[in-house]
Amino acid sequence: MSATRKGYDGVVAAVPVTVPYERFSKESAHWWIARALRQLCAQAGVKPSEIDGFCVSSFTLFPDTAVGLTQHLGLTARWLDHIPFGGASGITALRRAARAVQAGDTRMVACLAGDTNHVDSFRRTLSSFSRFAQDASYPYGSGGPNACFALLTDHYMRHYGAKRQDFGAICVAQRQNALRNPHAIMKKPLSLEQYMAARAVSDPIALFDCVMPVAGAEAFLVMREEDARAAGLPHAHIRSTIERHNAFADDPIQMRGGWAMDVDELYGMAGLMADGIDVLQTYDDYPVIVMMQFEDLGFCEKGEAPQFVRAHDLTIDGDFPHNTSGGQLSAGQAGAAGGYIGLVEAIRQVTGIAGPTQVKDAATAMVSGFGMINYDRGLCSGAAILSGGTA
Amino acid sequence: MTDPLSPPPRKNPQKRTRVPTRPSHVRSRAALGFAAAAAEGRFMLQTCAECGAVQYPPRDACGSCLSVELNWTDVSPAGRLIADTTVRISTNVYFRERTPWRVGTVRLDIGPSVMCHVHGDVAVDDPVRLSIKLDKSGQGVMFALPQKATPNMEDDPHMREMTCDPKHRRVLITDARNENAPALAQALAEAGASLIFVGEAESWHPYPHRATLEKIANVEIMPLDVTDTASVTELAAEIGGKTDILINNARFVRPGGIMDRGDVIFSRDEMEVNFFGMMRLAQAFGPAMRGRGADGDNSATAWVNILSVYAWSNMPEFGAFSASNAAALSLSQCLRAELLQGGVRVMNVFTGPTEDEWHQPLPPPKVLPAALARAVVGGLKDGLEDVFVGDVAKDLIDRWRAGPKILEREMLDTRGQG
Repeated sequence: MSATRKGYDGVVAAVPVTVPYERFSKESAHWWIARALRQLCAQAGVKPSEIDGFCVSSFTLFPDTAVGLTQHLGLTARWLDHIPFGGASGITALRRAARAVQAGDTRMVACLAGDTNHVDSFRRTLSSFSRFAQDASYPYGSGGPNACFALLTDHYMRHYGAKRQDFGAICVAQRQNALRNPHAIMKKPLSLEQYMAARAVSDPIALFDCVMPVAGAEAFLVMREEDARAAGLPHAHIRSTIERHNAFADDPIQMRGGWAMDVDELYGMAGLMADGIDVLQTYDDYPVIVMMQFEDLGFCEKGEAPQFVRAHDLTIDGDFPHNTSGGQLSAGQAGAAGGYIGLVEAIRQVTGIAGPTQVKDAATAMVSGFGMINYDRGLCSGAAILSGGTA
Repeated sequence: MTDPLSPPPRKNPQKRTRVPTRPSHVRSRAALGFAAAAAEGRFMLQTCAECGAVQYPPRDACGSCLSVELNWTDVSPAGRLIADTTVRISTNVYFRERTPWRVGTVRLDIGPSVMCHVHGDVAVDDPVRLSIKLDKSGQGVMFALPQKATPNMEDDPHMREMTCDPKHRRVLITDARNENAPALAQALAEAGASLIFVGEAESWHPYPHRATLEKIANVEIMPLDVTDTASVTELAAEIGGKTDILINNARFVRPGGIMDRGDVIFSRDEMEVNFFGMMRLAQAFGPAMRGRGADGDNSATAWVNILSVYAWSNMPEFGAFSASNAAALSLSQCLRAELLQGGVRVMNVFTGPTEDEWHQPLPPPKVLPAALARAVVGGLKDGLEDVFVGDVAKDLIDRWRAGPKILEREMLDTRGQG
C-alpha cells in the first residue's frame, strides 16, 4: 500500500495556536473559533481574506457548520471542510488539507477546532450524540462515555492483567507535564495515591481517569513549504498519515483501534520505526485508550502496555516523552479541540517552539487521534508522523 | 442470590413523595421495535431477510449486505457477560436518584454485543439470558438475567424498576361480582400483594362467591360502582393514595349486535361499564397513581384492563360488546400515554370467550378464571403491556397481525371461533 501512496512533499503544518481553556464559558463556539482564527492570522502574518481554505471541527456550533462560519467570520474560501470526527478530527483535517494544498486546490488551509462549554452543554451533547448512542447506550445508566470506557477498561484489565496503578502512572506523568504548561486547566500536582483514592465514577474508572470538559480552541495552518519559508514560519513536514473508521467491527468489545490495521503503512511511508519517534502524543480521553495506542502503534506488543508503562518514564524529561502538554487528562478537553491538542503540541515540539514543555532534541513526533463512541466503541482513528523543518 | 425485599414501612405523609422521573425515552423509529417486543415479553432483534445477519443496535439497512429488509424476529437470548461497570455518576436525573447502577456488555451467542442492564445475580463471564424489558420511560431496554432462576431474583432493585411485581403492593380489583374475582384475588395474594381491595357494587344484593372472596388473605371488600361517578370518587378519596395496582375488571356483556337488539339499552350499559367505567376510574385514581410512580418499593406501578380480544376485530354475535371493548382499547392507549409520565404502566389483558353464563352458547376453548388470574399476575411480574390469554385470543391476534381485513371476513361466519 505504502508504495502507491504519494508523500506530502512541498506542504507543511505551521502556526500552532491554542486559545487558553476555561472550565465554563458563556460564549459560543463561534467566539472561541474566531479567537483561534484571529491568533492564527496574527502569528502567520496573513489577513483573513488571504486564507482561501478553511476546515472546522466543533460539537457546539449548532445550527451552523463551516458554511455559516465563512459568513460569520468574513472568509471567502475556495476550499471548505467540516469534520465531525471528534478526537480524530485533527489528523483528518491535516490529511485532507495537505492534499488540497499539494494539489493546488487551495493555497493555505486554516484548520480549527473549538467548543464552548456551557453549564449544561455536556449533558446535552451526550443525550443526542449519535443515533446508536441514543438508542443503545445512553438509556443504560446514562453514564456517558465514562460508562462506555469503563466497560472497555474492565475488559482490558481482565484480559491483559492491567492494574489501576498502570493507568494511574499515565495520568500522574501527564499531570507532571501539565504543570509545565501554563494553559493547562489542572494546576496542582497529582500523586499515585491521590489517583488511587479518587472518587469512583464508573468502576473501574475514577475521577482522574476522566477528562475535564472545558471551553477552548486549537488551530494550525497547512500551507506550501515555500510560503512558510518565505514568511519565516517554523514548520513541520508530514512524513506519513493513516486514517481508519469502524475497524475490527467483529471484535466483541474494543481491544484495539484502527491503528492496528494501518500501522505498517504509517511507518513504511515515513521510512522509520517506533524507535525513530522522539515524542508521542496519543489521544487520551481515557488511559485505557492510551494503552491501546502504545500497542497498536507498535511501541509494544498487544497486551503489554501495562508492562511498558511500568518500564518507562512518560514525562517530558523521561525516556518516553508522551502527551507533553498534559494532554486532555490534565490540560482539559475542549470538545473537538481534544482532537487537535496533540497535533498542535507535536508541531510545537518538532519545530522547537514548545517552550516549557519542549522535549530536548525532539525532531520527529507521532500524533494519534481517536474519536466518536458511536455506540460501544470509538470508530474513528488516525495517526501522523511529523518532523521538524530540517528533516 | 438477591436479598428479599422487606415490606416497605408505613408512609410518613410529612416526607416528600419522590417525583417520578424517567430514563431517556428518545429513540429512533427502528428502535421502537424493542418496546413492541417488550410489551409481550418476547426477545426479538432485527434479522436481515436476505443474508440472515442479526442486527444490533437497530438500524435501517443491514450492516452486512445493505438490504433494507430487516424483520423483527424471535431469536435466542443466550449470551455471556463479558464486561461490567457500576455507574456512580450519571447525567440523567432518573439514574442519579438510583445509583449505583450496574450495566454490562453481553456477547450474544448469535453475534452482536449488547450494552445492557445487569441483574445482581450475574457475574462477569457468566452465561446469561438477555430479556427486553420496558423501563420507566416506556421504552424497551436490554436486561441480562441469570441463565437459571435464582432465589428472590424478582426483588433485584434494577429488575423491580422494570416490572410491576405485586409483592408488597396494594391492589384494587374492581367488580367483586365478576366470577373471576376470587381467582384474581387469590393469585395476587399468593404473589405477595399486601392489601387487596375488591370493589363491590350493589352490596345489598347477594352473589354466590362472596364468602370465598372474603376468606382470601388481605382482601378488603369496598363499595364501588364504576357506573356511578360519586361512588368512584368516594373510594378514590379513601384508598386512591395507596392504590399501587388497579385491575379494571368490570365488564358488562350481553350477546347481540345491532338489528337483533332493537334498542340501545344494553349497548349503553356496555359503554357505561366497559368504556365510561375505565374513564371514571382513571379520572379518580389516575392522578394519584401518576404522582406516586416513584414512591419507594410500593410505588404505584400498573393499571390493568381486562378486555375482550374482540376489541381488535368485531365478533358479530357479540357485536355491540366487541364495539365497547374496541372503544375501551382505544381509551387505554390514551391512558397509557397519560400514566407514562409517572412511569405507571398500562397492561391490557385480552381474553377470548370466558367460562361464564353469557358465553355459554359458544364452543370451547374458553378461558377459566384461574387462567386469567395467572396471566394477570404473570404479566405484572414480567412487566408486560399486552397479554393474550387463551388459545382463542392468541389465535385471533396472530390472524389480526397477518391481515385485519382478512380476519374481518373470517369473523363473518365463524360463530366465535375466529
